[in-house]
Amino acid sequence: MLPKLAKRPTPSRFMVYLSPVLALFLSLLAGIVLFLIMDVSPWTALHAFFIEPISSAYGLSELAVKATPLILIGVALSLGFKAGVWNIGAEGQLIVGGLCGGAVALYFYEQEGFHIIPLMMLAGVFGGMAWAAIVAFLRVKFNANEILTSLMLSYVAGLWLNLMVHGPLKDPEGFNFPESRIFSDSAMLPLLHEDYRLHIGFLLALVIVGLGWILISRTLLGYQIKVSGAAPAAGEHAGFSTARIIWVTLLIGGGVAGLAGMIEVSGPIGQLLPSISPGYGFTAIIVAYVGRLHPVGALFAGLLLALTYLGGETAQIQLNLPVAVTGVFQGLLLFFLLACDVLIHYRLQFKQPALAARGA
Amino acid sequence: MEILVPALLTIITAATPLLFAALGELITEKSGVLNLGVEGMMVMGAIIGFVAVHYSGSAFIAVIASMLAGGVMAAIFALLVLRFHASQVPTGLALTIFGIGLSALIGQSMIGIAYEGIPHVSIPFLSSIPVLGALLFSHDLLVYFSLVMVFAVYYFLNKTRGGLILRAIGDSHDAAHAMGYSVIRVRLLATLFGGAMAGLGGAYLSLAYSPLWVEQMTAGRGWIALALVVFATWRTGRVLLGAYLFGGITILQLHAQALGIGVPAQVMSMLPYLATVLVLVLISRDLGKIKLNAPASLGKAFHASS
Repeated sequence: MLPKLAKRPTPSRFMVYLSPVLALFLSLLAGIVLFLIMDVSPWTALHAFFIEPISSAYGLSELAVKATPLILIGVALSLGFKAGVWNIGAEGQLIVGGLCGGAVALYFYEQEGFHIIPLMMLAGVFGGMAWAAIVAFLRVKFNANEILTSLMLSYVAGLWLNLMVHGPLKDPEGFNFPESRIFSDSAMLPLLHEDYRLHIGFLLALVIVGLGWILISRTLLGYQIKVSGAAPAAGEHAGFSTARIIWVTLLIGGGVAGLAGMIEVSGPIGQLLPSISPGYGFTAIIVAYVGRLHPVGALFAGLLLALTYLGGETAQIQLNLPVAVTGVFQGLLLFFLLACDVLIHYRLQFKQPALAARGA
Repeated sequence: MEILVPALLTIITAATPLLFAALGELITEKSGVLNLGVEGMMVMGAIIGFVAVHYSGSAFIAVIASMLAGGVMAAIFALLVLRFHASQVPTGLALTIFGIGLSALIGQSMIGIAYEGIPHVSIPFLSSIPVLGALLFSHDLLVYFSLVMVFAVYYFLNKTRGGLILRAIGDSHDAAHAMGYSVIRVRLLATLFGGAMAGLGGAYLSLAYSPLWVEQMTAGRGWIALALVVFATWRTGRVLLGAYLFGGITILQLHAQALGIGVPAQVMSMLPYLATVLVLVLISRDLGKIKLNAPASLGKAFHASS
């Protein structure tokens, strides 16, 4: 007989942290089944996916490179999701941030100097913020659903970037390929170690984790965000402005996503291309959830989800597996997480309560 | 007229996938369930339909397979939301991420394969279509089926007892539960219907609109379908209007490119997305209208013992 769900008197803190671990375990089990269906040895595949990529210093540095945008956006989205503001268009904000940062790099193409990177960062942050500001404005002023508007604007941002690298920002000596010039050295993020691609953007992500943690646990704004999400009516009664929470969380989300975009073009990519992200903005939604909508959680979740990208690449090279396996695995992880989360508020009841007691 | 008629006909083809998906989501939302996974269900319908037609050669089997695919996706959503009390918004997002990934995985071997498109007017039950069919005889059966479904959904929601129960559950699940209706069962059926229709909409893309498989070929149409339901303020007739409006915008974009109007292709491609935002703004600013028509329990979890 199937166990029944009985509501817990109070949510279980223990399950909040156990749930992601359970979900990861179940996803690995599902992965084994998936690999069996695809006629690949599960152990070889899992090794290629999760062990091989991080068994060298180079692999670990690559993990940090891929985790950087995921951690950044994951932290920022956690704040919004906590407040019940569903910005799911971080991908678009990342693209616009990368585009603006990249445009600054190309503008200063002939120059050298330490002013270029800070200017690129500012451009990236403001670009992403501006893109998210449209969403906030339409939500606050016209009540337009932010899920749909932010997502629609992501498609628009992708087309805009595409237009720019086909037109004004195209490399004049690039044989008509839709790519910008390769950035000058002054527009590239400094590397942490000359042998690896790891750049200072990763340190910046750690700083953002710290700032996010302080914001959510030590400031009035953080408190307002938590209350507005958990009990909107209580928040309004206490005089917290819903409009302000929407604006703040979207601007933070957009700004940080824009920064992540700038870091991508100025770090691992080094020029503007028609596509500058393999869906980091969407994967960051999973990062936020697996990280329990907490900045420190987003750090670990970002590393885990970065591993799925890295593992997907390794499995493609070594076992000729399609890269799409990464997307399937990410989707499965979120499914299992949401399912396991039921145990936070409910517990499994294997035995029916005595019938007589219920008078039935 | 020589330009206008083909243009009108292509508008219908562009509108049909949106119409299927939005009709399905309308029923789902009317029962109080907000399934944001339409994009994922559509893209799964597109690939499964394409695989099925490739191996069976039968468009009919492909259509059934795509509806099953959408239905299975919706069943995963229903299991999480209705059985495990998962929050509807992230579950819908997970469905979309999962669907895009899985369809890409399945479609790996389907890239570059061509299909001649589903036959126009050669499937047996064409004869049962009313006189309307004679006027627009050049279409494939699915176009007619989508219009039949508009009527069926309208009739079900407004004229039947089942429709009344569905709407009651969407407006107040606690009251409906107290009256003895099975909230979970009705919501499950409504969600499955939504999935099957989204799968069918996806299959229309890969079997009729552009008969081949391209990764993420739905290109946001699932999200546009969700916006259409809001645009329609949850009314069936307006879903039809909205779908054809968006079909028109899509075709406008294609024809403008063909006529060599000096606007870059990328800007024209932005049009449907920008139009969606515009339409959402125009409809949503009238809060009273939304409150009047939106199912009051939309997106809220139901637990019988609470």
